[in-house]
Amino acid sequence: MTPALPDGEPVPDDGSLPAWVTSGADDRAFGVYLHVPFCTVRCGYCDFNTYTASELGGGASQHAYATTALAEIALARRAMDRAGLPPRTVSTVFVGGGTPTLLPAGDLARMLDGVRDAWGLDPDAEVTTEANPDSVTPESLALLADAGFTRVSFGMQSAVPRVLATLERTHDPRRIPDVVRWARDAGLEVSLDLIYGTPGETIEDWRTSVESALATGVDHVSAYALVVEPGTKMAAQVRRGEIALPSEDDQAEKYELADDLLTAAGLDWYEVSNWARTVDGVQRACRHNLAYWRGEDWWGVGPGAHSYMGSNEPGTRGVRWWNVKHPLRYAARLAEGLSPAAGREILDDASAQLETVMLGARLREGLDLALLSTRARRAVAGHIATGLVDGRAVLNGRVVLTRTGRLLADTVVRDLTD
Amino acid sequence: MTPIPSEANLARIQPAATAPELLRNFSIIAHIDHGKSTLADRMLQMTGVVDPRAMRAQYLDRMDIERERGITIKSQAVRMPWEVDDENGVPTGYALNMIDTPGHVDFTYEVSRSLAACESAVLLVDAAQGIEAQTLANLYLAMENDMAIIPALNKIDLPAAQPEKYAEELANLVGCEPEEILLISGKTGMGVPELLDRIVLKTPPPTGDPDAPARAMIFDSVYDTYRGVVTYVRVVDGNLTPREKIVMMSTRATHDLLEIGVSSPEPIPTKGLGVGEVGYLITGVKDVRQSKVGDTVTNFAKPADEALGGYSDPKPMVFSGLYPVDGSDYPILRDALDRLKLNDAALIYEPETSVALGFGFRVGYLGLLHLEIVRERLEREFNLDLISTAPNVIYEVTMDDKSIVTVTNPSEFPGGKIGEVREPIVKATIIAPSEFIGAVMELCQGRRGELQGMDYLSADRVEMRYILPLAEIVFDFFDHLKSRTRGYASLDYDVIGEQAAALVKVDILLQGEQVDAFSAIVHKDNAYSYGLMMVGKLKNLINRQQFEVPIQAAIGARVIARETIRAIRKDVLAKCYGGDISRKRKLLEKQKEGKKRMKTIGTVEVPKEAFISALTSDQTETRDKKK
Repeated sequence: MTPALPDGEPVPDDGSLPAWVTSGADDRAFGVYLHVPFCTVRCGYCDFNTYTASELGGGASQHAYATTALAEIALARRAMDRAGLPPRTVSTVFVGGGTPTLLPAGDLARMLDGVRDAWGLDPDAEVTTEANPDSVTPESLALLADAGFTRVSFGMQSAVPRVLATLERTHDPRRIPDVVRWARDAGLEVSLDLIYGTPGETIEDWRTSVESALATGVDHVSAYALVVEPGTKMAAQVRRGEIALPSEDDQAEKYELADDLLTAAGLDWYEVSNWARTVDGVQRACRHNLAYWRGEDWWGVGPGAHSYMGSNEPGTRGVRWWNVKHPLRYAARLAEGLSPAAGREILDDASAQLETVMLGARLREGLDLALLSTRARRAVAGHIATGLVDGRAVLNGRVVLTRTGRLLADTVVRDLTD
Repeated sequence: MTPIPSEANLARIQPAATAPELLRNFSIIAHIDHGKSTLADRMLQMTGVVDPRAMRAQYLDRMDIERERGITIKSQAVRMPWEVDDENGVPTGYALNMIDTPGHVDFTYEVSRSLAACESAVLLVDAAQGIEAQTLANLYLAMENDMAIIPALNKIDLPAAQPEKYAEELANLVGCEPEEILLISGKTGMGVPELLDRIVLKTPPPTGDPDAPARAMIFDSVYDTYRGVVTYVRVVDGNLTPREKIVMMSTRATHDLLEIGVSSPEPIPTKGLGVGEVGYLITGVKDVRQSKVGDTVTNFAKPADEALGGYSDPKPMVFSGLYPVDGSDYPILRDALDRLKLNDAALIYEPETSVALGFGFRVGYLGLLHLEIVRERLEREFNLDLISTAPNVIYEVTMDDKSIVTVTNPSEFPGGKIGEVREPIVKATIIAPSEFIGAVMELCQGRRGELQGMDYLSADRVEMRYILPLAEIVFDFFDHLKSRTRGYASLDYDVIGEQAAALVKVDILLQGEQVDAFSAIVHKDNAYSYGLMMVGKLKNLINRQQFEVPIQAAIGARVIARETIRAIRKDVLAKCYGGDISRKRKLLEKQKEGKKRMKTIGTVEVPKEAFISALTSDQTETRDKKK
């Protein structure tokens, strides 16, 4: 089971956007997310929109999927033009899943070509794909680089076989240094994803995982606390008492350990769960993800994908919509020439403000103090006292969370919004 | 031949013109759920006073809560005609007044007044369950009043009915032969005509002096939005006529009699009410306190010298704080209580302030059911969301300097040098299958009970009599009794006096700050377990805060139990990418909404639900399940 889509209002069949999304668009970057909803196996903790059958039929099968996605890209281009959005080249592309590398590299290249044909790519565009260490070879990685990919994010999760088994990850952890080397040899930037707080994982297991990731020399690491989502196989195992839910204290301790190890290795945090090395004065952050947190425009292609256009500035508006979840329904909508969107929400000022604070507070660059109400600014002062907000940054007009504050970001965000 | 009287016979039993010997006043004593209302419906139908098509199930229970819970809170009276052959075989018409009685322990006084208005009582018992403690108590009450008892086993159409077994039990209690017990079914109507015949034959006709000044006893008083207070009376002597001036003998207040009549079952104005008759009066008063149950009504022009006996003022025995969950609902709560008071002479309340809960009321009730009914009506009829603090009783605290402090709220419990604390005690009757004797005894002993005696009602059912402190039964005693006896035990109690006891006040402190709503007065032997239970409960109910929160239970300055809620270290969601944003925002919105339902004590945020859960029994839900 994947998380339910939000409730929203209907989207016009042709995917038309409200006219006001154009407001301030010249100053916003434009990114594209491409969802690949396939995996060979579903991991026990996973609640993403992904399917393990290779033959869903009707344009939703793995071999037909790239073509179907291209149809949405074309529809996106038309809808954006119709709304009167200025022509903007794409600054970031992110292919996520599922397991994008389950598709032949040629299919991924074809989808990227579709993006390039529709809008054009910035000369320095960041083009990332997620990849399973199982499903890449030196050749496939070289093909991706040739097609224009610049970055690959591997789902390493852990270096400890026992932990990987609990997560039902099938790859061999000994493969990680190889796949990282192949990717770098192909000219790709590399990020590794790690998960902490898996049931049965010790603090030493976690140290091993972080150190193993660092030993590959990568410039970027994402580390996520395991969340057991309702409806997953793991949630059922917890309910039956087969495995114990990780405690938040354990997760906090592991977060702090990761932050210590990564910082010591030269990777600084730039978002709650992301660390990157600064090379030649530029931090190797994932620019595509930064676009989400900074409220840029982005179009999500694929079943269940979300999109967002418009401004979060007070008094202006943004619209978010999401596609139907099942690949078959998704393909059927597009085959009829209709928008695959299932619903949308138009953000009112209060929601927009909450999102701005919620997303901005996750970032090292922080939030602009000027965006906060008087009452919220008083709360900022209170949280300097509780040690959750960095007092020095506030002197420079930014609200930046301390490490303790990052772990308690929800508390801070609740207090910083009206 | 129909037992509905002929025209000629009907003419002889018109209100205000019926000879006492043609009147029969009876009530039905039954436990909740033993089918009294269904039987009453069937009687209304068979006597022709209600058109079967207009029949609303359980006609007499007017309030929604009554109908839903299947119980009768307020009694009413209905006049029904019935024809029976006299000893010469001549069909004779009679006017039957059925006086409905409340079926629950808290309303013993109202029951006693209802019974005082009758000459007989139908003892109605479920043929699948046998007699219950409250029914037994009311039966004894009726027998003490020398009323004729007409025993009947109801629901004999049920497959689980055991008429032989329970007929034996009833025969032993009433002192008759098992064969004399009527077997009926209110649902199918089987045996109901025979029961009506039996009522006519067994109920002595009323006696009274028609020429004396009027004396009518008020046995019920109901507030009606359109008509003001409707007072139900039984005339003992003399007569009452429309538009005369009447006097309430307890207060000497005078009123104009705007309307007088009988219910059949809709109100029908009459030319008056004579000796032995039962009917209603309307005087235009707006508050049932001006027309008190048990009081005597007399003529202003020709007043009686002496009131009828048995009157007493309702006395609240159980107190609890009522607070709106949303503080801004306080004015609505105040208005709602004012409205309920119009119809509930026993309800008393005064404003109260709690540090933890804000503005509310200290409310006095007759007992636990009364408390539940009042709260339920406030929530249902006025759409209020309420927190009710743990119920407690009245304590008399004598200080060393001999001054006396009356405590209805633990926060009033004095510090300083205490000489003696006295608490109310009850005589409790528990009926249970004999296999549960041990379980019941264990429960009662744990509640400081003293066994007074025990009798077998039949081979496998036993009646146990205990003296118990009222405080020990007001909280969750009934729930525990039910769960230990798989729902089979029934309880009746009567406050009989008070006793001195070693009682202490246990306070609960959050981060060193006393939370008044959680304070309780308990026996010193139970203080430790109470403290432990409460801090344990609160530890689970209060979310972790940004700092460590100690929870302590203390008697005065002495801490007897302690738990610590450790500081929260992490609440952030690790991932927040494009598809997560809406969900995450909504989560935060929900949390912010939840925060509004938090009470801040010192710097600790306590969810309102914590107050509700901590102050209610773990088994509250079982209480709602009728057994």
